[in-house]
Amino acid sequence: MPDVALTKKDFTSDQEVRWCPGCGDYSILSTMQAFLPELGVPRENIVFISGIGCSSRFPYYLETFGMHSIHGRAPTIASGLAISRPDLTVFVITGDGDALSIGGNHLIHSLRRNVELKILLFNNRIYGLTKGQYSPTSEPGKITKSTPLGSLDTPFNPISLAIGAEATFVARSVDSDRKHLTEVLRAATAHKGSAFIEIFQNCPIFNDGAFDVVKDGDTKGAALLQMVHGQAIKSETHGLIHEGASLKVVELSSVSESELVIHDAHNPDPSYAFALSRLSSSELNHVPVGVFRDVERPGYGSMVNNQVSEIIAAQGAGDLNKLLTSGDTWDVQ
Amino acid sequence: MSKIYLVTKPVVSLDQVTIRFAGDSGDGMQLTGDRFTMDTASLGNDLSTLPNYPAEIRAPQGTILGVSSFQLHFADHHVQTPGDAPDVLVAMNPAALKANIKELARGATIIVDKDEFTTRNLSKVGYETNPLEDGSLDSYKVHAVALTSLTVAALSDLALSRKDAERSKNMFALGLLTWMYHRPTESTENFLKAKFAKKPDILAANLLAYKTGWNYGETTEDFSVSYEIAKAQMPAGKYRNISGNTAMAYGLIAASQRSGLKLFLGSYPITPASDILHELSKHKKFGVITFQAEDEIAAIGSALGASYGGALGITTTSGPGVALKSEMIGLGVMLELPLIIIDVQRGGPSTGLPTKTEQSDLLQAMFGRNGESPVAVIAPSHASDCFDIALEAARIATTYRVPVFILSDGYIANGSEPWKIPSVDSLPDLHVEFAKTQEDFMPYLRDPKTLARPWAIPGTKGIEHRIGGLEKADKTGAISYEAANHDLMVRARAAKVAGIEVPDLVVEDPTGDAEVLILGWGSTFGPISSAVETLRENGEKVAQAHIRYLNPFPKNLDAVLKKYPKVMVPEMNLGQLAMLLRSQFLKDVIPCNQVRGLPFTTAELIDSTMAVIHA
Repeated sequence: MPDVALTKKDFTSDQEVRWCPGCGDYSILSTMQAFLPELGVPRENIVFISGIGCSSRFPYYLETFGMHSIHGRAPTIASGLAISRPDLTVFVITGDGDALSIGGNHLIHSLRRNVELKILLFNNRIYGLTKGQYSPTSEPGKITKSTPLGSLDTPFNPISLAIGAEATFVARSVDSDRKHLTEVLRAATAHKGSAFIEIFQNCPIFNDGAFDVVKDGDTKGAALLQMVHGQAIKSETHGLIHEGASLKVVELSSVSESELVIHDAHNPDPSYAFALSRLSSSELNHVPVGVFRDVERPGYGSMVNNQVSEIIAAQGAGDLNKLLTSGDTWDVQ
Repeated sequence: MSKIYLVTKPVVSLDQVTIRFAGDSGDGMQLTGDRFTMDTASLGNDLSTLPNYPAEIRAPQGTILGVSSFQLHFADHHVQTPGDAPDVLVAMNPAALKANIKELARGATIIVDKDEFTTRNLSKVGYETNPLEDGSLDSYKVHAVALTSLTVAALSDLALSRKDAERSKNMFALGLLTWMYHRPTESTENFLKAKFAKKPDILAANLLAYKTGWNYGETTEDFSVSYEIAKAQMPAGKYRNISGNTAMAYGLIAASQRSGLKLFLGSYPITPASDILHELSKHKKFGVITFQAEDEIAAIGSALGASYGGALGITTTSGPGVALKSEMIGLGVMLELPLIIIDVQRGGPSTGLPTKTEQSDLLQAMFGRNGESPVAVIAPSHASDCFDIALEAARIATTYRVPVFILSDGYIANGSEPWKIPSVDSLPDLHVEFAKTQEDFMPYLRDPKTLARPWAIPGTKGIEHRIGGLEKADKTGAISYEAANHDLMVRARAAKVAGIEVPDLVVEDPTGDAEVLILGWGSTFGPISSAVETLRENGEKVAQAHIRYLNPFPKNLDAVLKKYPKVMVPEMNLGQLAMLLRSQFLKDVIPCNQVRGLPFTTAELIDSTMAVIHA
């Protein structure tokens, strides 16, 4: 623990924040700065690594170690750092283009390995920094500069993708909901291996209002299906019931409370979390938020370092002279 | 067992021999060659090897495409190359004979497995008549040995399938050659015992086939004499045989030990570099971390991330992998962090010739990135030199906080030679200082001598800072789009690399008045040295120099180039070093190029040099 309790101010760097006015990134940054003191990790042991895109400017604004790297590759750099330095707490900040398009390969492999990374994907369903092309999460038919007649791409569901990639912690939150996002960050940082968090983030310039339905007071109560471990999954108007092997959203008035699915984030079977992930479509009618999946599996870095310490414990530390003179040698007088 | 191996036939002394083992890629020729090499090394001959094999793991049996070979040159004197033309060809089938016969000088010895010379096998490779019978091999000394059937007969008492018995025929051939050249047998016997410890049947078969091959030489009239090659004069010390890739791995471990930095290798499997990954993966007790990444980009990304955290970050690859890593190397240049990129070059472009050698990535290493992106480039000149070059790469990378390219290639990576094992105390001290806790830390404040910025690793209190691929302000490292600052920083990065301290180029010019300088780099050292030796023996005046530091070049290179009217530059590419020399020094060097996927032969270099001398 730090000598003196740190505050939000201690995690705020001297850099001027340069996102567009009204960008959802501001509220995520503010929530993170406010959350970090409770983590109890000294600032010097926290590292934020990002790729390229609007979200990837995030590290500049935090008074920790940070690296703004190259497009899509943050998980690779973060993996090398986290594996070789298990004493550090490493966050990856990425966006829908960075993580799911150019960096898709690194995202899925980091998750399957379960490297000790906290990966925050700011999903605004658009390319912002390059001024408004459709992204891998844009809805079909999206009109953008590069798709004047509408996008033909089928979008990724980032949560489904992460679960399919064997992720051990998968969650979703919304940029403007500070309290909810803080809870998700708390759970993610308490998780030992990879944690993947999709954060719905509004881009006021190129995709304004994309998430209004889950943010507006009039609609969000009905749209957001709250997932809390051990509690019934429901929104203000709808609940979730089992239907065969699958899950179904029903009006609360049509079922009794006891029929509702009780959330089990620790369910070892990923098909449960996957079924939850499929409830939300591009239209955002019913959007589960919270922790989909939180299961234990040894972290990759800890296994790598264990292999090293176990072989040293069994055979002693390597002796360079012995190595060089190993095998068939001969002496010349 | 070896005590019963007593040669009774006449013995002829030779000063050097070149043997080529050739067979189907499933015939175990690489193993056979490796074993003969180890036994030869331990006998005290100097040697050099050249494995040559197809990219396919098992190409169609009995075809030219599927021929795998291993060449070994050993002598009672210093050996520079694996030899031009083999004195002895061991051909396990007609394809191996056909693929290699054109490189044999008349009078050479050919040992073939005559059981394989069936009508079907002959027609498969286009022999209309059997070369063992049609007189086409009359100018060679041919030993047609029934290798397969003799092996199978010798193993008839063992409970083996015919297929398993046939598989031991390479050991029969090895035993025969071991008899012919008086190699010791213990090490191969011990090797087999270790390799097949859990398969007693196979062990028994291999040992028996090996012994039968040896006895065949000793007892049959087909082989009337055997040969001995005296020990080579080598400096006193403890020796082992080592390949370039193994030497590289050992050098990296040594660099980790001498610097106190954790070794982190991020790598993606690629021929011919994978053996470095395999070797390092065996040595975790040195604290070595090897990370087999999902692709080439992740491999170098993880290495750079580890380097950012204070490890010795390394990535190993070959040409196509370098192409994928380019952007991350640029980030390394911008972040000014230590990073070692080992490119074991192979034939290109694209997938090219994965198992063949070439030196065609020099310009890719120098310039293959966006922007002004200078990196250090160094190249080992022979197999065991890979050990020293790894230590040197670590020195440059950690002192100057810069990516360093090592340009090895398939020839020296897979080739092997005796290596005088250095004492650990004689290795350079690579101790590194990280930035310490301080007020008003400036991540891009340069050391006035090296121009390096601090290596400021996470976990150090009070120096928290942010870095990235965007242009940095001088000293503070803050993002800067300011014109004058960019100009300053581009020049600073260039000046840092240009100012790396490297030793002067050594020129060997025994008469002091040579007009022709042969200037090489990398793995051409052996063939060039061999050619120069012969030329001087024939009374020609030739100077030789070999460039180890390709960026920056040695400070005296300009003077060296000015001194010699004719500078010939042999390269296994179309003139990449020549292009650099011409552009930097306005010297009209004479390129000498071949891209056949094999090292230069001594003979062709002699011819080329003679043409330059008499031009």
